[in-house]
Amino acid sequence: MPFKRYVEIGRVALVNYGKDHGKLVVIVDVVDQNRALVDAPDMVRSQMNFKRLTLTDIKIDINKVPKKKTLIDAMEKADVKNKWENSSWGRKLIVQKRRASLDDFGRFKLMLAKIKKAGIVRQELAKLKKETSA
Amino acid sequence: MAAKRKTPVKSRNPDLIRGVGKYSRSKMYHKRGLWAIKAKHGGVFPRHDPQPKAPTAAEKPPKFYPADDVKKPLLNKRKPKPTKLRTSITPGTVLILLAGRFMGKRVVFLKQLFSGLLLVTGPFKINGVPLRRVNQSYVIATSTKVDISGVNVDKFDDKYFAKEVEKKKKKGKGEFFEAEKEDKKKLPEDKKEDQKAVDASLIKSIEGVPDLKAYLAARFSLKSGMKPHELAF
Repeated sequence: MPFKRYVEIGRVALVNYGKDHGKLVVIVDVVDQNRALVDAPDMVRSQMNFKRLTLTDIKIDINKVPKKKTLIDAMEKADVKNKWENSSWGRKLIVQKRRASLDDFGRFKLMLAKIKKAGIVRQELAKLKKETSA
Repeated sequence: MAAKRKTPVKSRNPDLIRGVGKYSRSKMYHKRGLWAIKAKHGGVFPRHDPQPKAPTAAEKPPKFYPADDVKKPLLNKRKPKPTKLRTSITPGTVLILLAGRFMGKRVVFLKQLFSGLLLVTGPFKINGVPLRRVNQSYVIATSTKVDISGVNVDKFDDKYFAKEVEKKKKKGKGEFFEAEKEDKKKLPEDKKEDQKAVDASLIKSIEGVPDLKAYLAARFSLKSGMKPHELAF
């Protein structure tokens, strides 16, 4: 099975460890075998070990180590934010974050909604079963 | 002694650092106006003769000298501070009770009493918790708030919840067996009326929020996978 996501300049990655956990960053240069120079619109350009990064499908068009403004413009042009938030991976993370920040009343309402949904599904299933058995 | 001032005077000599004032002795003499007092009294500082002391009664020698010297316990003038209410607890907050008969019940907080305990109510019709006192430490405050503006809680204080003192009955031998037949103490009618009065407007504001009534009726419990230190309340 060949690799599909490569470490290259412009590859968007997700930070999975450390202070910037959960942030999307762009690889702007490679330091050596283990480390990359990484930049994002809201952080200072810094080095990160590849072990801290998970590559995504998104790639933007930049030269080596662009200025911050150039980087931001390139990210706007490639529409990174919307592509990420519409991807299934990005949507999953958003839902996880929202579920974790629910308060006790929110969790109660979620439980009621789950029960309601399961009831509707079960009704439809029973209807279908009746039709096929009849 | 000279007449006392109505408000204590702030020091005219601000501290540069602890132990060192800004002004020297001669500057302070001028600032306090001692030169003006001296001038008013012709260059001499006024002296007051000691006021005549009230005659003290003649002390009698004590009747009894104890054989050993008994040490008196030290005087304790400590006054306990009023209990600080957590900032997350405001009138109308939904609290989760953590211990006692109503463990896990979600109740509405009304006010903090003088003793530091919290006054809460179920409301009684919704989850069976009456007007009750609860300690702040045995409670989780959620971020859900109920509108409590229609409720008057002024008449409730710690004395309202004091246990009624039973009259001591003289017990004969035969009455020990009869005493067990006494029925349970009934709740007086006025306390039931108080409960209804407090709950009436509360229930109206609770029914205005969807699902809130069912939420207060249900008990809280930890399920599999719930980590209390990661839960947001």
